[in-house]
Amino acid sequence: MTQDLSFWTLQTLNALQLSMLLFLLSIGLTVIFGLMHFVNLAHGALYALGAYIAATLAGTAGFWAAILLAPLGVALVGVVLYGGLIRRMRKSGPMAQVLVTFGLIFALLDLTRILWGDLALAMSMPAVLSGQVDLLGVSYPAYRLFIIVLGAAIFAALALVLARTQIGAMIRAGVDNDAMAACLGINVERLFFVVFCVGCALAGLAGAVAAPLLSVTPGMGLQILIPTLIVIVIGGLGSLKGAIAGSLIYGFVQTFGAVLAPQLASVLIYALLAAVLVIKPVGLFPAKG
Amino acid sequence: MKRATMATLAAATTLALPAAADTVDIGILLPFSGVYASLGNEIEAGFALGLETYGNDLDVEIILHREDTEVTPATGLARTRKLILQDDVDAIVGIVSSGVLGAVRDLVDGAGVPLIVANAGNDAATGEDCSPWITRVSFSNGQVNRPMGRWMAEQGIETVYTLAPDYAAGRQMIEGFAGAFTEAGGTILGSDFTPFQQTQDFGPYIAQAQASGADALFVFYAGGEAISFVNQYASFGAAEDLPLYGSGFLTSQLYVNAQGASAEGVITALHYVPTLDNPENAAFVAAFAAANGRLPSEYAVQGYDAARALTEALATGARDRETLGAALRQVSFTGPRGALAIDPATNNIVQPIYVYETVTGPEGMTQEVLAALPAEADPVNGCVMPSLPTN
Repeated sequence: MTQDLSFWTLQTLNALQLSMLLFLLSIGLTVIFGLMHFVNLAHGALYALGAYIAATLAGTAGFWAAILLAPLGVALVGVVLYGGLIRRMRKSGPMAQVLVTFGLIFALLDLTRILWGDLALAMSMPAVLSGQVDLLGVSYPAYRLFIIVLGAAIFAALALVLARTQIGAMIRAGVDNDAMAACLGINVERLFFVVFCVGCALAGLAGAVAAPLLSVTPGMGLQILIPTLIVIVIGGLGSLKGAIAGSLIYGFVQTFGAVLAPQLASVLIYALLAAVLVIKPVGLFPAKG
Repeated sequence: MKRATMATLAAATTLALPAAADTVDIGILLPFSGVYASLGNEIEAGFALGLETYGNDLDVEIILHREDTEVTPATGLARTRKLILQDDVDAIVGIVSSGVLGAVRDLVDGAGVPLIVANAGNDAATGEDCSPWITRVSFSNGQVNRPMGRWMAEQGIETVYTLAPDYAAGRQMIEGFAGAFTEAGGTILGSDFTPFQQTQDFGPYIAQAQASGADALFVFYAGGEAISFVNQYASFGAAEDLPLYGSGFLTSQLYVNAQGASAEGVITALHYVPTLDNPENAAFVAAFAAANGRLPSEYAVQGYDAARALTEALATGARDRETLGAALRQVSFTGPRGALAIDPATNNIVQPIYVYETVTGPEGMTQEVLAALPAEADPVNGCVMPSLPTN
């Protein structure tokens, strides 16, 4: 097998692309998790919803409008979920939260099935992104590069907001010690609401950008949930650094595992997960020391 | 034959009270929820059309009992038990997942209930696990791909890289193809099996296949994975160096329009495409499109032919489990797929296989048939077919 430099470049780009997609999903989940100790398993279902909304809008309004509107639509669903369900569940302990949000997965799954049917939907890429780009000696799909750039841009924006702005400081304070933050006059509940909506929007964005790459099927939310949870456990709860590190580790292990040790491809990431849990049970970069 | 007549007579006398025709109870065992729901609905639509087309002239009232297997073997088994014990069905039609088929095999075999398999392609079901009660009108995994192996070698393709999901069907499809291809002089340069339903990104595998320098890529994927795979393959622009071939489920009519232009030029082999040029198919496609508003896929034709097989068996006068079981094994007819027959050695269908290229048509993607490969019976694969037990 000719595994020259261009092969490695190609696979590195593949790994980055997968990492960025997972990052968009896991960042929302991990901050919601870290800030309010709220386990939202329905996050994957929101991702699927984003993909469905985007695929529907792309047919009439075009790709870019779909990419912009799908996150907003999902955030709106997030608002409804928050007001109707999640606020009530805030104090009811993790077991009840897991059960309710797990049930929500199936409710949303059947909702997508009723609204859009069982057949898979398609979303075409815009002409600008449908070709290949020559980069570092390899020809790489432009759309995959777009995902990498988008993920990196979102990471940079979130890092800036969290590190440099007042709301970022409030979120960090809330994650670190919510009771103390509330004593200092921060409306932690409202903060949580904002973070929850942003997290939902990012899940919707992930679904929208994944739609042209993957197939839009009712089960896509369930499929992505396990990788997302693995990213969070490896990276550590509640931190941006954990989410990006976890995503990169997952993306690279998955991609290179598939290529170099195909027989172990599905086991490798779980082995790593187990290793992290044994050596550092709180994850690599947890928000709370 | 004598026994069949006797049973018919017996059934006729017991049911002759009011001026009623005979009734048969048929169980429909399909997934209506879970990942295979779209296949279950498609098969049911085909089955309904088949009954409507062929079932009206029979002097039999067919009572359907519909059960949802989901994708879970345990659920499938429980529903089958209900159909056999509670609904007392005379025959069962359906089964999409080979896992479900494996789970119910011993039950239907032991209870002596005829089962018409309308999808599940596991080679073993009409191989070492064959049963006189189980008749398959769909396909077997090897059957669809073996002729394609020879055909590709004949086209001058010397080396191939293969990809498929890592589960029984994926492995059997590739095995069937690779066996025939190497026998015809070709070489398999490499094979990857991707984790089933866990692989979202096929990029690493596609890059690996490109690096192998093979003449062609042969893959089997179905459903959501097929859509993802074809879209991702197209985005890498690999078509020139590494043209894509595959098992026809890859670009099934059911979802080829979700793949769109990405599927253009992909060459695959299957037992049915809606563009087959024969009068039976023209009538079927027109009726199906009128009833459902879309073109039929191979899954629809499997349901349609399952209904046809059932009505052919009923037309011989078979009315109960035993006579239906015997009659089903002898059905043969010319349908949308061409001339079909049941192989007495394995109870699997014998049918032609069509090589087709997916092309852009006036209304979305369509299929251009490149070759019709003659029907051949599967190898017996360890099947020892007992004759149907006499009382």
